[in-house]
Amino acid sequence: MKILVCISKSPDTTSKIAFTDGNTKFDENGVQYIVNPYDEWYALVRALEIKEAGGGQVTIVTVGAAADEAVIRKALAIGADEAVRIDADPKDAYYTAMQIANYAKSNGFDLVLTGKETINYNGSQVGGMIAEAMDLPFVSLATKLDVNGTTLTLEREIIGGVQVVEVSTPAVVSCAKGMAEQRIPNMRGIMAARTKPLQVVAPFAVEELTNFVTYTMPNAKSAVKMINPDNMDELVELLHNEAKVI
Amino acid sequence: MVLVYVNSANGLSKSTFETVTYGKKLGDQVVVITNGNASSDALASLGEYGASKVIVDRSVDGEDAQQLTRLIASAAQAIGASTVIFSHDLIGKAVAPRLSVRLNAGLVSGAVALPEADGSIKVNVFSGKAMGLVKVNSSSKIISLLPNSIQPEKSGSACAVEETSGNAGSAAIKVVSTKKPEGEIPLPEAELVVSAGRGLKGPENWGMIEDLAKSLGAATACSRPVADIGWRPHHEHVGQTGVAIRPNLYIAVGISGAIQHLAGVNGSKVIVVVNTDSEAPFFKAADYGVVGDAFEVVPKLTAAINKFKASHH
Ligand SMILES: Cc1cc2nc3c(=O)[nH]c(=O)nc-3n(C[C@H](O)[C@H](O)[C@H](O)COP(=O)(O)OP(=O)(O)OC[C@H]3O[C@@H](n4cnc5c(N)ncnc54)[C@H](O)[C@@H]3O)c2cc1C
Ligand SMILES: Nc1ncnc2c1ncn2[C@@H]1O[C@H](COP(=O)(O)O)[C@@H](O)[C@H]1O
Repeated sequence: MKILVCISKSPDTTSKIAFTDGNTKFDENGVQYIVNPYDEWYALVRALEIKEAGGGQVTIVTVGAAADEAVIRKALAIGADEAVRIDADPKDAYYTAMQIANYAKSNGFDLVLTGKETINYNGSQVGGMIAEAMDLPFVSLATKLDVNGTTLTLEREIIGGVQVVEVSTPAVVSCAKGMAEQRIPNMRGIMAARTKPLQVVAPFAVEELTNFVTYTMPNAKSAVKMINPDNMDELVELLHNEAKVI
Repeated sequence: MVLVYVNSANGLSKSTFETVTYGKKLGDQVVVITNGNASSDALASLGEYGASKVIVDRSVDGEDAQQLTRLIASAAQAIGASTVIFSHDLIGKAVAPRLSVRLNAGLVSGAVALPEADGSIKVNVFSGKAMGLVKVNSSSKIISLLPNSIQPEKSGSACAVEETSGNAGSAAIKVVSTKKPEGEIPLPEAELVVSAGRGLKGPENWGMIEDLAKSLGAATACSRPVADIGWRPHHEHVGQTGVAIRPNLYIAVGISGAIQHLAGVNGSKVIVVVNTDSEAPFFKAADYGVVGDAFEVVPKLTAAINKFKASHH
């Protein structure tokens, strides 16, 4: 099975979030980038498990600049066979998805995996967009994925429950928690990653459909009101009369 | 024209009324497209929130995003919609991006407010640590609205319901089985949430959390380690890698308030924290704090709520 895993970078979760240029740009100063956790822990690791069980190949693809190669090497160290970097600024989800779909269409994959969402923009957009651009079925927020020949059996979250579904390859799947366990790259993986193929592909012309105009920080919380643990009636009173939530 | 997609397969939920209200507030005529088998009377009642017509395809079960995309796209084209609105729930997340590509319409994903004067729309970014204004460059646009972002408002009366079929094609996804726990409030829809963490010491101690939730009519949630070690089911895990929620009230018991946990709950309107450690970081994000032992505080809080409920019938 030929699997394409879409990998994006995101700021380490403890990074300080700030903006520059009149609040129009994310301030990258001092920010450490990691592989977006959903892409790494769930999509990539499950792809590797499927390959280990049934053979095939795992290719990772990133739309991003040369600086993203550190993150790409990390994903190679975890075990992907090869990497592709589409050399462009991932301007918006549409632009990013069209680039990936364009590459995937001409390279014949059985399965395209994305993460549930990026933890910087939290859009949950790219996977569905790739599926539509390739006219393929899309199973979103899958928590389990098993392969049997050309049939995929998946478990996914639905509103108020879970569901088991089947779909034939080729298909696009977005991966959520439950699909696999995080793998820590070992020394051998890290060494091997240095020499694995990383192909750089030129983007094709696409207009983005959206852009961020400005960013703002949420209003600071007013100071916490402390309540005596022996006076829960007071808490209930405040929740009713002051906060008006019960 | 504004087209609102509504998931009515399991009856109409609060997020449905939110999206129709949102459409109405854009100041245009609102048509609703839906699938499934909700009664015509229930669908007609969407007129009260501002819909001028509801179009329903009862042959589509809504399990396949590709099929729903075709259904919604054909309705959008038929009425000449300039804006299509979804709830940013599991269906919206699967279908809105597809529709964006199909209609070449920019998607604002997870909108939390009505458009600004310049048309840009506010969304949360960096897991709620910041907000951004998104501008759509295409002539038509798609907005998926984060649940609990606006209050449903009634503005009209029952509207016409029109049956349709034949625009959605066949489904590629085959449903093998569906499991829905009875009587539980789905976490992303819950207005009140009681959540607990590792401070509870073990799964056998969740009875008091469930009692508190029951007294409030709240859903239950938990921190990640608690779901990871199997004390609680995975779907209760909130935070950056779990479910993001924004209820009116979030009560966090025995949770330290790590940044990744806060990322999933910092949109809550009011946060109450119960923790033995007065230095726990969660107090910085809280509106009300109780420094105390959960095993003593939670039963007292439940009793106080029961007393309050009894006196307010
Ligand atoms: C990339 C990444 C993603 C993550 N995503 C998530 C996520 O989505 N959600 C999430 O929750 N975490 C997430 N985490 C983990 C997070 O960093 C914390 O480790 C986790 O939230 C801690 O859970 P906790 O508060 O239940 O446990 P602890 O940190 O162990 O805190 C327990 C708390 O209980 C208090 N306590 C102890 N006894 C009592 C008592 N008797 N009564 C009252 N209070 C008591 C203690 O004072 C303490 O504050 C993520 C981590 C990483 C690195
Ligand atoms: N620049 C990118 N390059 C490759 N894949 C990406 C990129 N951005 C997003 N993705 C993939 O799309 C998923 C959803 O992203 P988003 O729509 O931004 O929430 C991520 O989890 C990744 O798998």
